[in-house]
Amino acid sequence: MTNHWIDLRNSDCILIIGSNAAENHPISFKWVTAAMTRANNPAKLISVDPRFTRTSSKADIYAPIRSGTDIAFIGGMIRYILNDMQSLSRTERAEKYNLTYLTQYTNAALIIHSEFEGWKDPTHPGLFVGFTENTNPAPGNLGGYSKSKWGYADAGSPDTDAALLGNNWTNWSDLNPKCVLRLLWENYEDFTPEMVEKVTGCPQSTFEQVCEAYAATGAPGKAGTIMYAMGTTQHTYGTQNIRGYAILQLLLGNIGVAGGGINALRGTSNVQGSTDMCLLSHILPGYLSVVNHKLQTLEQYVDTVGRKGKAPVVPKGLAGDKSASWWWLSESAQNYKKYLVSLLKAWWMDNATEENDFCFNYLPKINAGQDADYTHIGTFEAVAKGIVKGMMVWGQNPAVGGPDAEGERKALEKLDWLMVTDLFETETAAFWYRDGADPGSIGTEVFLLPAACSYEKQGSISNSGRWAQWRYKALDPIGEAKSDLAIVDALVLKLKEKYAGETGPKADPINQLYWDYHTEGEYADEADPNKVALEIHGYYTKDVGDKKKGDLVTNFVSLATDGSTCSGNWLYSGMFTTDGRNKAKDRDPVDASLNQIGLYSGWSWCWPINRRIIYNRASVDLDGSPWDDIHPVIAYQEGSHNPATNTCKWLGDIADGGWSPIAVSKNDGKPAYLPFIMQNEGVAHIWGPGRAEGPLPVAYEPWESPLETNLVTGVPAQLDESPKGMPGFNDPCCYVGDLGGMNQRGRPNWEDPTNGFNCVGTTYRVSEHWQAGQMTRNHPWLIELQPQPIAEMGEELADDVGVKNGDIVKVVTARGSIEAVAVVTKRFRRMTIGDKQVDHVGVPWHWGYKGLSKGISPNGSSGNVLTPHVGDANTTIPEYKTFLCRVEKA
Amino acid sequence: MAKAILFDSTKCTACRGCQVACKQWNNLEAEETVNTGTYENPPDLSSRTWLKMRFIEPPDGDGKVWLFSRRACMHCTEAGCVKVCPTGAVYHHEEGFVAYNKDICSGCGYCVDACPFDVPRMVGSTLTGKKKMEKCVFCADRVANEEKPACVKTCPTGALIYGERTEMVDLAEQRVSKLAADGVDAQLYGKDELDGLHVLYVLAHSPKDYKLPVNPEVSPSVTLWQDILKVMGYAAVGAVAGGLLLNYMVARARMVKEKEGK
Repeated sequence: MTNHWIDLRNSDCILIIGSNAAENHPISFKWVTAAMTRANNPAKLISVDPRFTRTSSKADIYAPIRSGTDIAFIGGMIRYILNDMQSLSRTERAEKYNLTYLTQYTNAALIIHSEFEGWKDPTHPGLFVGFTENTNPAPGNLGGYSKSKWGYADAGSPDTDAALLGNNWTNWSDLNPKCVLRLLWENYEDFTPEMVEKVTGCPQSTFEQVCEAYAATGAPGKAGTIMYAMGTTQHTYGTQNIRGYAILQLLLGNIGVAGGGINALRGTSNVQGSTDMCLLSHILPGYLSVVNHKLQTLEQYVDTVGRKGKAPVVPKGLAGDKSASWWWLSESAQNYKKYLVSLLKAWWMDNATEENDFCFNYLPKINAGQDADYTHIGTFEAVAKGIVKGMMVWGQNPAVGGPDAEGERKALEKLDWLMVTDLFETETAAFWYRDGADPGSIGTEVFLLPAACSYEKQGSISNSGRWAQWRYKALDPIGEAKSDLAIVDALVLKLKEKYAGETGPKADPINQLYWDYHTEGEYADEADPNKVALEIHGYYTKDVGDKKKGDLVTNFVSLATDGSTCSGNWLYSGMFTTDGRNKAKDRDPVDASLNQIGLYSGWSWCWPINRRIIYNRASVDLDGSPWDDIHPVIAYQEGSHNPATNTCKWLGDIADGGWSPIAVSKNDGKPAYLPFIMQNEGVAHIWGPGRAEGPLPVAYEPWESPLETNLVTGVPAQLDESPKGMPGFNDPCCYVGDLGGMNQRGRPNWEDPTNGFNCVGTTYRVSEHWQAGQMTRNHPWLIELQPQPIAEMGEELADDVGVKNGDIVKVVTARGSIEAVAVVTKRFRRMTIGDKQVDHVGVPWHWGYKGLSKGISPNGSSGNVLTPHVGDANTTIPEYKTFLCRVEKA
Repeated sequence: MAKAILFDSTKCTACRGCQVACKQWNNLEAEETVNTGTYENPPDLSSRTWLKMRFIEPPDGDGKVWLFSRRACMHCTEAGCVKVCPTGAVYHHEEGFVAYNKDICSGCGYCVDACPFDVPRMVGSTLTGKKKMEKCVFCADRVANEEKPACVKTCPTGALIYGERTEMVDLAEQRVSKLAADGVDAQLYGKDELDGLHVLYVLAHSPKDYKLPVNPEVSPSVTLWQDILKVMGYAAVGAVAGGLLLNYMVARARMVKEKEGK
């Protein structure tokens, strides 16, 4: 979340899309309800979902959409806003939209490369300039782009459009043809309400209500928020879905303000923490880039990723004339290097020296395009091929939760060994004796380690709002169970013991690893989470000035490039006071924020440096006054500008950089810092050239689509000629696995529905169960509430296939089938999409073949038996949310 | 002072935290259920399920309404169960709700028939003498220690709140007028029904749509028993005859109910 849970109550309009917050994040509705029931100007709630959910039941507007058509929907909203901006008089435009925010704080006015060509260019319909198809895509991306023509016309100092900056335009033709806002219009011009209805199935009238309600948050002082979850991300173009939200929010000035933001509702209690700490394969702790084999030295890495990758870019003609570009900041403050070197020190401590590049060569390096990638899908592809021979599974249950779950279960059979750490024997741990498996022919040695549950260990949990909250142990683990940290500790110490005396590339990083987390008392024999947390925050590794070796750093600003500091994650540097108080343990229930907007800054601690709403410099005007007097996040204290440092006193939240407001610095002849301090240009990206499929989202069809043509771009599927089809019908860069992905691609058959896959299937969770079900399917009270897997469908479809409410049905895809109880409901409705009548079928994915509550079919009835092994072009997050299926009476 | 629980259906997301919290606090075992084509489960109240949420999709609706309603003891002021209970096991707590002393329940089951909301459930065998009634007891043990009832405590959205009944009525009326101003056909249920329920409902449609009885009544014969015959009966006719009379009254009440199609 850019904002945090409580802040939802400050919103004027809440758009829940790709999320069923009421059911899957029930507590969020405390704040949604507070916003909707406040005395003055209560918020409106919009629910966009293929089915009418418990969230929708509370909404002012419910907009049904076909699963997987978010970009068409959001693109239509973007078009509505742009069209509105263009048709208004200049005065009205400035009243209804925050034009200062739009033009001074985003790249709306910047000029793009003269040879950029959009997806409407007849020589490459549906694609941007620079596309190349991948000739051998599986597993891998279908295609990729050369992005050389997607950048700014002048990369170091981009031009801006004066007419746009001055609100001195009437028609799009008044703007530079390569100005971002005009290119945005051209990209979405065709996303008319008629087109939105045709593609998404959302009635035009409903769609227009949504647009009107949400566009109203564009006025200065108003805020709209977007709550999204896996319904957004788990698509082949999930990243582009979110880009669509970002563009929408920036057009409306909704980022950095209270009640605004783009708020990812994370799927588990500590997903935010695990992401921060690098549980993803492309990053190191603190979102530092992972190292690839081309970057052999620290200097090469720092030069490529930091100095060149994060070099400040200063747009011409904006009020702000200085871009912090925090990751690099300056040659004298090479933040990227400080963070990496401090991380290397935390890991290899005294063994990491300037002479040996701080053990940079001990970092695992990704061999891009070779052998294996280490994403979820990529890893299982490599397991299936026998490249990966051993696997540790922690707090995960891929035999239920992985895409093409039966394919992944089969892949596990190739492993030499598998270690599963969990509270129960999961489906993953039991894969070798599942129905249909032959234990006699499976050679995998399985280790099942009993894990402590959350009440049996202490440590920090970082919630979706980035708040790190310390949790204490309530009781000792049962039996032989141990905390994850204790298990890691024992494992590392055992590895060190085994490698002792050896040298070489495998032994050295382990032998030299700094590992000293035991303390006296309770943690004499296992790692003390408090000591780990101290190291994450960071301390001095030698005497520096008045600081002694072992003294805690103040925060990441104290970190150094010379190895004199260590910090396990720069973002969490600041969690302790220098005298050792762990602020994650703070529990001050007083809200001392300006106008009590609910920051509760004394309750726990959040990264970075307890900033509760990130990008908050965008919540004030050029003079430092809040756009919204009622919900001010920060405010410049008049007269507090310090000419010597160009900083000032900011009231309220921790300001995003302490520099004085743009106009104040400027008046003093000092560098005027642009608000988005992590971006190279200092302004936010409406135009985002970094993503795989293009700088702006284009509507693509899901990997398995009921259509023959992409109704927006006109690109035909052409699946008859190539299993890949035509690039631009689907996401042209999406990641396709070999585990069935290409070979088991379902297609519709409109002539013979009993043979084709004509229904749009989707998976989701219910309130009563959690994830792959280990914890809830072993809990009688929860099983009582939702005892069996269900398949939800509308009445029209049920009639067609002769199914009655409560019948057992079979849901079939090209990957497999599951049995479930039919829930026939008006909450699912047949949609007219183009010339097709499309039905949805929804299945929860919680069930499996272990635990107290099992699925109906022997395969466990997990919805993921149905999902394909394909993923997002940028992140490879699996396509769990849209696939083709059919329903049969069991 | 009378206490009450206020259930605001317009704030309820049917997460059913209340349903589980009730079981947890009161040590009620889970039931073995099956899915019959609805999210709602268990199918009915039972001796082990004192509170359940109803999920109601109006059959003639357009698929854009999903109502959630609470189903548990309403803690009536004019409480049929209290009137007919021959042992005083069911009684009005000084804070207004209908409390229950299980130890002295004789297992007669008269309360089951006297309840206009079909709430009390019997468990056990008459033969062993261990037959008992079960229903929501307003978390009397928590309330006595100035804690909210478990269902209220766990509610994330404020759909359930607890406090002085007069305050709850005020809040409910404010909420209803606010909703009405927004064009909702909002109603307060429980303010006057049966001389005032201690569970109040803010509804966005008619009570019928939530499967709540409109104008619930305690059968006149039950009232008669309480007000006249119960006093007279034990004194003049003796407990046995009184019991028989009560049997008759309850049977009549049941017949009346069946006639009314409840």
